Amino acid sequence: MSKQILEKILKKFPSDIVSSHSMFGNETVEIKKESFYKLIEFLKDSRQFEIDMLVDITCVDYPYQSNRFMMVYHLYSTTLKHRVRVKTALLEENPTIESIVPLWESANWLEREVFDMFGVIFKNHPNLKRILLYDSFKGYPLRKDYPITQRQPIVGPLN
Amino acid sequence: MVENSGNIENILGESVVLTRKDKLLNWARKWSLFQYPFVTACCGMEFMSVYGSHYDASRFGAEYPRFSPRQADLLFVVGTISHKQMPILKNVYDQMSDPKWVIAFGACASTGGFYNNYATVQGIDTVIPVDVYIPGCPPRPEAIMDAIIKLQDKIAKTKYENRESVSDLKGEENE
Repeated sequence: MSKQILEKILKKFPSDIVSSHSMFGNETVEIKKESFYKLIEFLKDSRQFEIDMLVDITCVDYPYQSNRFMMVYHLYSTTLKHRVRVKTALLEENPTIESIVPLWESANWLEREVFDMFGVIFKNHPNLKRILLYDSFKGYPLRKDYPITQRQPIVGPLN
Repeated sequence: MVENSGNIENILGESVVLTRKDKLLNWARKWSLFQYPFVTACCGMEFMSVYGSHYDASRFGAEYPRFSPRQADLLFVVGTISHKQMPILKNVYDQMSDPKWVIAFGACASTGGFYNNYATVQGIDTVIPVDVYIPGCPPRPEAIMDAIIKLQDKIAKTKYENRESVSDLKGEENE
């Protein structure tokens, strides 16, 4: 079933798929940023595949590359038990991507976490602010260029 | 019977005990450490075992926990303190009335431990004064009892007039 998804995606977005592979029942698709939202929407609305759960949104920082931030979305079907992984590369100078909160409410906090840790901006997000760290935190700690020895001033009534 | 040997306590027939005021105060303080456990992490399990019946912390007069910092003498900081937690800890410390003591319980509270990262305070002594540090991840119960004994020794040596008051500490911060 999950291989059929891959074929269908490749047929639907022939020119936008950067790469794809299938291994151990996990289907991975890397797509251009422009068509990313359409692909997620297509996967969600496709009755045939019954993808009904957004498992996780995360980001990978590849330093020294112009396509520095790789967004990773994990989708799952609770009825048919198969997964699809969607990846999209973002440029270092412009790490913005469409928010998928209109499609999945659970993306709200997941996207806020990615914003918190990597500084990726989600367009049309209803409440894009830090979720785990505090507002006065400077920088994005899970970026590879955040120094391990960097210290932040203690927050709160102390200062 | 004790003979009258010029010692005034003996002259008065052992009906009175004479000592210095600060010694008496220190003696009273060191055997009645009401502690406030500020437990944030896995060291708490070890803390619970020490304060269970097996290790019997009441031998040191340090058994009774007060869950209001206003009634506590001894602040146990047990576990990792993150940047977001630190203002709460500082608030608790400020609420305790003088005289007060602080024990940094375990590697994380003492130095940040192996959490050398963006979110963890690298030792609570960067913000509040600490009297005794307990190493270990987590410390053995014997180490904790040793820390209480060391704190008692420290209290016994305190010169009443030399102890810094809370207002002194605040004055330093404002400079």
